[in-house]
Amino acid sequence: MRKSFVKHSLVALGLLFSTHTFAATPQELLKQYEAQAKQENSAFTGFSSDKGASFFKAEHTHSDGKKVSCSTCHTADPRKQGKTRANKVIEPMVPSVNAQRFTDAAKVEKWFGRNCKDVLERACTAQEKGDYIQYLLSVK
Amino acid sequence: MKNWMQFLVLVTSISSAGTLLASGGFGEGGEGGEGRGKQMPTVTNVKWAAECASCHMLYHPGLLPEKSWNKVMAGLDKHFGENASLDAATQAEITRFLALNSADKSDNRRSSRISQSIATNAAPLRITETRYFTAKHDEVSAATFKRKSIGSASNCMACHKGAEKGDFSESQIKIPR
Repeated sequence: MRKSFVKHSLVALGLLFSTHTFAATPQELLKQYEAQAKQENSAFTGFSSDKGASFFKAEHTHSDGKKVSCSTCHTADPRKQGKTRANKVIEPMVPSVNAQRFTDAAKVEKWFGRNCKDVLERACTAQEKGDYIQYLLSVK
Repeated sequence: MKNWMQFLVLVTSISSAGTLLASGGFGEGGEGGEGRGKQMPTVTNVKWAAECASCHMLYHPGLLPEKSWNKVMAGLDKHFGENASLDAATQAEITRFLALNSADKSDNRRSSRISQSIATNAAPLRITETRYFTAKHDEVSAATFKRKSIGSASNCMACHKGAEKGDFSESQIKIPR
């Protein structure tokens, strides 16, 4: 009984602090996505910045007829500031320009979660996420 | 029985901690801005400010009634054409904060009028769809709202500099060319 209460309390504490940010590096995030990608695909051979680059620019025709890509909001040059549809500035995606990028795992997952659904109308694979980060790391 | 009690204690402690986090400050807005007229009260919640202003301007909770905010927050996966999903804890915290400071809970005159301009069986998602808004902006043409410097009627800040602080006073309006 007491044990289960302690366990519950720990879970509660975890819930309270789970939304806090934990600093990470883009390389650490890549490691995590690599582990996931290996699980998703046993033939995984690594991430590719070239694939990430074409992923970033690839236009998808949405079910509502609109054409969208990552660059719709982030512009074709990820070193530059982008703009949301509601006219708000999006800071550059490239870590060498904006050191804040890919340093918060929860934030990265939140935005992949939203934007993959908005652009691709499905979730991204770990391979795609890793390629994307690899590409942005390669841009200087 | 004991297990059940522990669960109750647990839930109570989580929700009270959440409420503490959610309620944030609730001060007076501007000089004598309390209550009637003037600026809406200054309200703060870290998650509300961070999450709701990452894509668009920060809309004051006093701009819509609780029923509207509940509907907005329940449909974040299709938020005006975009996926704005949040984790369950953040969503719950922001929903509580919005409800607590919503137009129908406020004694601010503008908030009360917005609330009163909405039919009892309606829960508009857009502030611009309320009768209060359309009546207040009837002299602003559609072409004006479409100006590059404005974008659309949802961009309050273009003309109301203090919009994010809940200041929509007539004297502060400046319509850009």
